[in-house]
Amino acid sequence: MKRILYFALSIFLLVSCAPKPSGPQTLTVMTHDSFAATDTVIQSFEQANNAKVTFIKSGDAGAALNKAILSKDAPLADVFYGVDNTFLSRALTADIYVPYNSPALKNIPVEFQLDPSHRALPVDYGDVCINYDKAYFASHNLAVPQSLEDLIKPAYKGLLVVENPATSSPGLAFLLATVKHFGDPNYIGYWKDLRANGLVVVDGWETAYYTNFSGSSGKGPQPMVVSYGTSPAAEVMFASTPLSDSPTASILGPDTCFRQIEFVGILKGTRERALAEKFVDFMLSEKFQADMPAQMFVYPVVPNVALPDAFVKYSQTAPQPAVLSPDDIAQNRDAWIQAWTDAVLH
Amino acid sequence: MNSIFPRRALLWLAPLTFLAVFFFYPFFRILFFSFDPSTLNPSNLAFSFHVLLFTFYQAILSTLLTLLIGLPSAYLFAHFEFRGKSLLRALTAVPFMLPTVVVAAGFNALLGPRGWVNLGLANLFARLHHSLSPSPFIPFIGTLGAILLAHVFYNTTIVIRIVGNALSRLDPKLEQVARSLGADPPRVWWKVILPLLRPSLLAASLLVFLFDFTSFGVILLLGGPRFATLEVEIYVQALQLFNLPLAALLSLIQLLCTLTFSILYTRTLTYSTVQTAPRSPVTHKAQNVLDKIFVTSLIFLLSALFVLPMLALPLRSVSRLDADRGDRAQLQTGFTTDYYTELFINRNNSIFYVPPFQAAINSLGYAVATVLLSLLLGLPAASALAKPGRLEKILDPILILPLGASAVTLGLGFILAFGRLLTYPWLVPLAHTLVALPFVIRTLQPALASIPDRLRQAAASLGASPFRAWQTVDWPILRRATLSAATFAFTISLGEFGATALLARPEYPTIPVAIYRFLSQPGGLNYGQAMAMATLLMTLTTAGILLIEKLRLPGAGEF
Amino acid sequence: MLELRDIHKIYEGQPLLRGISFRVDVGETVCLLGASGSGKSTLLRMIAGLELPDAGQIFWDGNDLASTPPHRRDFGLVFQDYALFPHLNVFENIAFGLKMKNWTRSQITSRVHEVLELVNLRGFEARKVTDLSGGEQQRVAFARALAPRPRLLMLDEPLGALDRALREDLLNELRGILHQTRIPAIYVTHDQEEAFTIADRVLLLHDGLILREGTPKDVWVNPGSAWAAEFLGLGNVIEGKVVNSEWKVETRFGVFDVNCRHKHQAGQKVHLLARPLPVEDGSVLRGRVADAIFQSDRFKVTLENGLYFYLKDEPGVGQQIEVKVKIECLG
Repeated sequence: MKRILYFALSIFLLVSCAPKPSGPQTLTVMTHDSFAATDTVIQSFEQANNAKVTFIKSGDAGAALNKAILSKDAPLADVFYGVDNTFLSRALTADIYVPYNSPALKNIPVEFQLDPSHRALPVDYGDVCINYDKAYFASHNLAVPQSLEDLIKPAYKGLLVVENPATSSPGLAFLLATVKHFGDPNYIGYWKDLRANGLVVVDGWETAYYTNFSGSSGKGPQPMVVSYGTSPAAEVMFASTPLSDSPTASILGPDTCFRQIEFVGILKGTRERALAEKFVDFMLSEKFQADMPAQMFVYPVVPNVALPDAFVKYSQTAPQPAVLSPDDIAQNRDAWIQAWTDAVLH
Repeated sequence: MNSIFPRRALLWLAPLTFLAVFFFYPFFRILFFSFDPSTLNPSNLAFSFHVLLFTFYQAILSTLLTLLIGLPSAYLFAHFEFRGKSLLRALTAVPFMLPTVVVAAGFNALLGPRGWVNLGLANLFARLHHSLSPSPFIPFIGTLGAILLAHVFYNTTIVIRIVGNALSRLDPKLEQVARSLGADPPRVWWKVILPLLRPSLLAASLLVFLFDFTSFGVILLLGGPRFATLEVEIYVQALQLFNLPLAALLSLIQLLCTLTFSILYTRTLTYSTVQTAPRSPVTHKAQNVLDKIFVTSLIFLLSALFVLPMLALPLRSVSRLDADRGDRAQLQTGFTTDYYTELFINRNNSIFYVPPFQAAINSLGYAVATVLLSLLLGLPAASALAKPGRLEKILDPILILPLGASAVTLGLGFILAFGRLLTYPWLVPLAHTLVALPFVIRTLQPALASIPDRLRQAAASLGASPFRAWQTVDWPILRRATLSAATFAFTISLGEFGATALLARPEYPTIPVAIYRFLSQPGGLNYGQAMAMATLLMTLTTAGILLIEKLRLPGAGEF
Repeated sequence: MLELRDIHKIYEGQPLLRGISFRVDVGETVCLLGASGSGKSTLLRMIAGLELPDAGQIFWDGNDLASTPPHRRDFGLVFQDYALFPHLNVFENIAFGLKMKNWTRSQITSRVHEVLELVNLRGFEARKVTDLSGGEQQRVAFARALAPRPRLLMLDEPLGALDRALREDLLNELRGILHQTRIPAIYVTHDQEEAFTIADRVLLLHDGLILREGTPKDVWVNPGSAWAAEFLGLGNVIEGKVVNSEWKVETRFGVFDVNCRHKHQAGQKVHLLARPLPVEDGSVLRGRVADAIFQSDRFKVTLENGLYFYLKDEPGVGQQIEVKVKIECLG
């Protein structure tokens, strides 16, 4: 009995007397699960600033942001990275960031700077594109579709898998691309045509890519999948045997890709404002920008940063990506998703 | 009477404090934060009802199916001796800790559109029709059948362990007497065995039902977007659409349902547990033809259900899949150990890279802490429940709540309640214990209740101190149940992903977290490493379960 | 009626039963007497059909029972620990077998009352079996086995868990019931007193074989082996060897005149039985008294050399005494 009492007591002590996690010179960065960086790159920041950087990963981009918003009165971290343009308005409306006009912004093209108040600073971008299995189209003597309109042709019946926009970030991006291309409400008619043409919908990117897509190691039944423009490069970089060419490629037609831009910002209530600013500057510096492509398969927003070989060879950015304003997205997102759900799932 | 009350209160102190701090406080904090009476409009209520209906429907079907497979299996393990028994028994527990992504990959390799079954059928028919059909012969992924099968795959072990424990405590003479009185085997089951198993059957059914009722990953990955349970909708509403008030409404509905089941369960359970003296479970080889047919067919079925889907993972972890991609005729082109060696290389110099041994050690550390913590908290609660009074009847349903409460909501509650404390690694085993505790209590309670008081009195009259009496009387009887409880806690902790992903520091990932990381990027090497890591996890759990079951704890001989 | 032919059973690699054959006839109570672990209970389970013999057959009225499942055999079973169904009350326990035979409700009610009366438990119908005393539980177990009027009743150490006085009462009752109902019965026990009280015929089971078979009196008069005499507690078993052709046997207690029919060559080892009750014209045994215990109407007197006797008068401890007893040859 005594043991149990001691035990309960010790739990209480642990809870109440745990040392404060942000001691002097510890910076906590909250981000999504896909965040990655080279160890020496982060270490160089830590050494230069005599600081320790701790990361908290909180699910996919949407989940991580919502958790950041939920905890805005008592923030878990000092810096939040990973808001993209589809969620940017939500972050700005929830007012989780403090403005920071970083000197590094001057190097970044204006097209990426969607927040004039400089609360959210662009870090990287990438396209959500339809990837296709090159071998499938070659062996079936089938022409690769070049536009969204091509996808509803009978020749491509049952060949496309997409993610549910309610549960997946690339799924939402692709929905937004069709909204941009066909306009509201015509995009619904397009999706109904896609559905009639044997569209396959799954909940998450992992399932779509590894279970349904024939070009991945999962060897699924669909030769086209909504993924990222950089996925073909990743297939080469993470091939189990050296490949001379990527097994997949992206369809780069008008509005077939949706451009995602990711932002970083300093959380309101940070106890390490100065260090947080330094970290944001660091993320926009050439060192970090050059590290991102191979780690997270995104493009740096700072122009003329050297890219990995595989990026240059196998990955292209869309010449005409679909773009929607964050405010437009914020106002209509839920309605678009609901209309999509009714048209495609029910 | 008076002397009993303070002791009882003491028994409850630790478990209730724990639940109050780590469950009720965060859970209600987020509910109060998000709930908004204006969500109680007809369209939201109709929507909630619709989701609730499907949640019920699939949970009831899954539970019935699980019992259908689990009961004969429990009987098989409790009564028969056969080669490879302990391995098969351990294997049935492995799914319990496999992350859903891995299970989905396994099922996909077996039953997916390009899985062995469909590919085999397609090849067969291609010879007849000279053409390949684009759609699978047996649609599996994205059907209700996939959800049900995965639930059975996950939860049969609960029935095997909880009901099997009770079965092995059942006096075989009762069955023999019933036979001699003219009852054929079905009637022996219906009239004697099932009524006597009622407490454990109810407990197992409730646990299985709650798992199915709160199902999340299986619905998303195997059911697909056409299906949504309350938990899936809570996730979508709270984390994707940020409709916190609706998520709170759904969480509340889910919690109330769980509470209702738990209360119904406690009411139905008359606590008429039969007290039995400790005795060795009688197992024997199948003797007559009927027994042999039963044993062989069930071993076959269990192997098919549990081994085949899992077999895909080790196979794929050593098969080079994308060599020679120009020729698509061959799916698997050769053996490789690259994926395993690659696990040890931080090729990308990533700051989050963790060698597999470190991930295994993280996983094991959390698992051992969870086992100890849940046993420490579970034993006093189960002791109090073994001789229930008014207090227990009220508290009993509450203990089950964490299992049926929304994990997504609780996770958000943790953020509000604990703030920056979330970065502390000791929160991980605490969160795992929340899930493990109901299992530990349900496993220990029937065993504790079955200890006749006269045994303790006899020990006391022979001069044994309360501790000695506990050690010599309770412990030998409890030992088996404790091992089962420990196995549950161990596997729950090893496989838990949701809370671990939220709470564990990215530098200290567990194996499931590491698997997710590999699967979240394209590339054959990532896929292969995920399969290799999953194989390591399976091996580790199987070994862990076998070890726990073989472990001879001090202070007790084999009864 | 019941007949066992050459039953063999191997248990954990060791032969447990090595050729058991016997019959049980109408109205007969047969007692299987043997030490624990001798295979008595296994034999019962095989007759009940709960276990299969490795070799040999079991017949009922000349029909092989091998393909008859336990629930079609109509053989009642009573266990030492009663094995009452704890989830059923007294009435439901007894009615169990009747329900299995699809008796009507009124038939069941009257039969349950009848057997409850038979075992002296009138009015116990609604009681919970877990609230009954050991003796009451055992009566319910009898009643439950008797209710469906089985063709054969098998009792596995039915009184083993009860205290002595209760055991004697129940034993006499049981004897009465068995005689009254004329149900053939197999009674398994390791207690010779119980066996001799209830049995029409006793089977002594030892080492996988039936060592001795006969009426209690036959077996008592002529146990047939040193092991049987010792197990049955018939008296002092003394080792000796034949000294000459005049059937004299030499032992450490002296030389006795004993007729050992088949062992009469000098030097052959024999076992003698010295009954503990003194007789007028017996052989003389002597020794110093080590202990004397009063047992109802006599004293059990143990000598320092290990011999024991039942005497009317209490000798002093340390006293040198002589007792005349009957000495028989056990072979």
